[in-house]
Amino acid sequence: MNQFIPRGTSKISARGLNVHYGDKQALHDIDLDIPAGEVTALIGPSGCGKSTFLRCINRMNDMVDGAKVTGSLTLDGSDVYDRQLDVVQLRARVGMVFQKPNPFPKSIYDNVAYGPRIHGLARDQAELDEIVMNSLEKAGLLAEVESRLSESGTSLSGGQQQRLCIARAIAVAPEVILMDEPCSALDPIATAKVEELIDELRDNYTIVIVTHSMQQAARVSQRTAFFHLGKLIEVGGTEEIFTNPREPLTQGYITGRFG
Amino acid sequence: MTEMTEITSAVRTAETVAARLNRRYAAERRFRLLGLASIVLSAGFLVLLLGTVIAKGWTGFLQTQIAVEVAFDPQVIDPDGNRAPEVLDTADYPALVRNALAARLAPDADRGTRRDLSAMVSTMGAEQMRRMVAANPSVIGGRATLWLPASDKLDMVYKGQAPREVGADGNALSDRQLGWLAELEKTGQIRKAFNVQFFTGGDSRAPEQAGIWGAVVGSFFSLAVTLLISFPLGVATAVYLEEFAPKNRWTDLIEVNINNLAAVPSVVFGLLGLAVFLNVFHLPRSSPVAGGLVLALICLPTIIIAGRAALKAVPPSIRQAAAGLGASPLQIVAHHVLPLAMPGMLTGTILGMARALGETAPLLMIGMVAFIVDIPKSPLDPSAVLPVQIYLWAGSSERAFVEKTSAAIMVLLLFLVAMNMAAIMLRKKFERRW
Amino acid sequence: MQTVTLAALLLLLSSLAFQMGRKRAFAVASGHPGTLHSLPGYYGWWVALWCGLPAFAILAVWLMFEPSLIRALVIADLPEAMRQLPAERIDVIINEVRNAAQGHATANPDFAAAAEHYNRLQQTGFAAAVAVTVTLALAGATFAYRRVHAELRARPRVERIINVFLVASSTVAIFTTVGIVLSLLFEAMRFFHMVDFVDFLFGLSWSPQMSTRSDQVGSTGAFGMVPLLTGTMLISAISMVVALPLGLFSAIYMSEYAQPRIRAIAKPALEILAGIPTVVFGFFAVVTVAPVIRSIGGAFGLNVAAESALAAGFVMGITLIPLISSLSDDVITAVPQSLREGAFGLGATRSETIVQVVLPAALPGIVGGVLLAVSRAIGETMIVVMAAGLSAKLTANPLEAVTTVTVQIVTLLVGDTEFDSPKTLAAFALGLMLFAITLGLNVIALHIVQKYREKYD
Repeated sequence: MNQFIPRGTSKISARGLNVHYGDKQALHDIDLDIPAGEVTALIGPSGCGKSTFLRCINRMNDMVDGAKVTGSLTLDGSDVYDRQLDVVQLRARVGMVFQKPNPFPKSIYDNVAYGPRIHGLARDQAELDEIVMNSLEKAGLLAEVESRLSESGTSLSGGQQQRLCIARAIAVAPEVILMDEPCSALDPIATAKVEELIDELRDNYTIVIVTHSMQQAARVSQRTAFFHLGKLIEVGGTEEIFTNPREPLTQGYITGRFG
Repeated sequence: MTEMTEITSAVRTAETVAARLNRRYAAERRFRLLGLASIVLSAGFLVLLLGTVIAKGWTGFLQTQIAVEVAFDPQVIDPDGNRAPEVLDTADYPALVRNALAARLAPDADRGTRRDLSAMVSTMGAEQMRRMVAANPSVIGGRATLWLPASDKLDMVYKGQAPREVGADGNALSDRQLGWLAELEKTGQIRKAFNVQFFTGGDSRAPEQAGIWGAVVGSFFSLAVTLLISFPLGVATAVYLEEFAPKNRWTDLIEVNINNLAAVPSVVFGLLGLAVFLNVFHLPRSSPVAGGLVLALICLPTIIIAGRAALKAVPPSIRQAAAGLGASPLQIVAHHVLPLAMPGMLTGTILGMARALGETAPLLMIGMVAFIVDIPKSPLDPSAVLPVQIYLWAGSSERAFVEKTSAAIMVLLLFLVAMNMAAIMLRKKFERRW
Repeated sequence: MQTVTLAALLLLLSSLAFQMGRKRAFAVASGHPGTLHSLPGYYGWWVALWCGLPAFAILAVWLMFEPSLIRALVIADLPEAMRQLPAERIDVIINEVRNAAQGHATANPDFAAAAEHYNRLQQTGFAAAVAVTVTLALAGATFAYRRVHAELRARPRVERIINVFLVASSTVAIFTTVGIVLSLLFEAMRFFHMVDFVDFLFGLSWSPQMSTRSDQVGSTGAFGMVPLLTGTMLISAISMVVALPLGLFSAIYMSEYAQPRIRAIAKPALEILAGIPTVVFGFFAVVTVAPVIRSIGGAFGLNVAAESALAAGFVMGITLIPLISSLSDDVITAVPQSLREGAFGLGATRSETIVQVVLPAALPGIVGGVLLAVSRAIGETMIVVMAAGLSAKLTANPLEAVTTVTVQIVTLLVGDTEFDSPKTLAAFALGLMLFAITLGLNVIALHIVQKYREKYD
């Protein structure tokens, strides 16, 4: 065990979190703890607020006009929405992988090196090389791209692009990685690879993944939170949620009666 | 083992990021400031441009006039006393003006002094007297106090567009003339009045007599020709390409061609006008017909492109609804699509016309730079247009023409503003959300 | 004005024909329009088109060739001595005759006679035009009127005519291009008969004024366009140095930073800047910018020419700011939001995102926009005509006066133009080069921009 990610303690915790987009309330009074060193899946029908919750964690909602967040959301006990807290710092600690692979139109190497460069994480070129290689390795992409690091990131296949985006996020060495339906644009084989990767990453990072696929949630996550119409309905161990849900709404969703 | 390196690196990330944060935010602020500065600078140029024009030009709408008590001396005007119109027409009115000024300002003036005196008033003063006599010969023998327009040099000094101090550098008035000016001011015999001449006159070599009406009429005729040709052609082309044309090489060619025409320098259109309209078809040089034709070709692409955009904006459901009722393709377009697209097309046309109104270079090619005093009566008469008039005046050496140029620019910009406002209002009024 | 009256008369006849055609349709349907093939209005249109179209076509042809025809006839009637004069002298004479015909006094009795002849010809010509067009209109209307019957497929016929008109209209753009290319090529070819093409393209000296003294030995003038090209390039480069940063940063600020309130002021301001005619900017360059640059240069002990490339280029740059800004704005907003989010998600600041992600992604589009702006700068005429000089110098010093291709085109053609001298024809050769260069730049630019759009669609 190490002292930084004591498994099971709460890394992120929301208390009475509300989010409004203009007049519309997107999240109602969410209380949720996300433990460190585990994969937490957020599931629910589309428009249920699971992506909104995810985007609160690294304050991506700041960029939406008219978005208002109330209540508390803490990362390691410090309030994410505290005025004193710096967004840039926050996002360096909380990485994100998006629904659609969005590699920058740069070389594969530069894509991965982007984060370390802006944050000044490498002291010299050799160190930067090491970070890039390491990240690609961990993202399981190194073998595929080692010979063509200077080619454009957009030249890769969809699945490779998404793993590149994961490598890009890892390169900053964040504590938390947020994933917003990372496989929804991928084919089944690419999806399998990414899921495998998520499972490996669990050892070193706290991962929060939004998914609309219950099978995926079941495969990759240790904990699952079910959202419905902006409310958190139920949260618990993944196995428990899928085999023995407490709430009828959850039951209805996982058995495919709606969604 | 790997776990440990991960952890340390996560901690290092947090620390490194924090250490560099201030520097990064400073860069962010600098960048943002650069953007803001660019906008402010660009807008500043606009303000400077408009400010220059207004400061130098607003006095152009005023005319300096001197009150002079003139005598319609029968000895000078009509020594024979038979009131023959030719005699009245060619009499030495400038002498009368000169005498009247001398009587007021320098009763014992010598030749040189008298020359200085008559340089104070415009030759329009004598012309004004001549017209009075022609209209009513009975004024001969009487006296009258007339407000006569000042010469351009006095005009500039009195309006403050030229330095006034005695002996100042660049001062066009002699010390003696400045003295007379002071005296006229003391007795209130000099004033600034609305400059009718500027708005009703044609071009002139004398700045105080130069007017823009000839150029305005010329511009009007040219734009009328342009509109008559380019609007029907532009609308027809837009309708054809958007509604009827098959998608093939030929229509592709037309499309590419139109896009490229829109970017051909206007001076090249002038060369076309010179080679074809003047040298092949022998249209009259310097005429609004030739100018209007060239301008029509220049704004045709604009109108076509705007027209197509307007047609594209009409939802296909309307076409389908009309087709469902058995309307022929042409009926669909004529009854439904075209009326809906018309505001957009008109907006594009007005904007095209506004561009044509400011276009100068191609008109130089077809000889619209000639010095033309007469107000054109038809599109076939030689004439100037507003921008060319501005160009001509800007090239004149007299200081007073800077004022005229600026004033003419203000008039041109006013027309442009009016046209753009019309376009905006049209767009607002008929804006439709489908 | 007579022509306008005639046109109005023909229009009136056509509208009468429309009424009659419609009535006739009702008549042949004996009160049951349902038995007609088309709506009665189409019969009206059909008759009206038969009435008006041929007449207007003849009128158009007449108007097109009347000036040349009358001119030829007047020349044929001039005294022998005058007819032998060179073409440009005849031009002057014809102008004189025309003036005399309009009532201006002329001292020359030959001119007076010719003027009378001119007036007579014009009157006869107009009378003939009236007779022919009106007869044609009436004949056409009668022909069509007689043929109105219930089975006549009036609507398809009318529609076919309108279709022909639409197709014909769309070819006007093609004809314009063809006209430009042909007229430039034709006159340029004549020029290249007198001046060697290679000398023109690569000659280092430009002094067309020499050529007017055609009686002197070795007086063909120098027609090397290199100094003009370098002058054009120098001024365009200066203008881009001004316009590119200002335009690009304005676009960045407006699309990425500005609050709606600032955008609501800045956008229209830039649009106004774009709408001001270039002749106004030329004036601005002469009366405001050039003196300021001169005095600033003087303060540093530099000798700045009155018509420096810097002043012209600077002001041209101002005119190009809106173009660069709006094109850049387009391409910057076309960069997908997901790329920005990717960068923000990694903890990049806004400026880092813009400089390192958005701008590289938008680069092709921006390059395309810059090429369009360069093409505009090369073809821009009034600012350089007013603010740049005439001296064709091979220099890269922005403080000196240089001249450009467009300035020379205007200078060569304004004033008395003799259509056989290389001096005049050189303008067309320059025009051809200008057309080729700007067209090339535009094609490349549009291609790049289009490629870029496809990428993010």
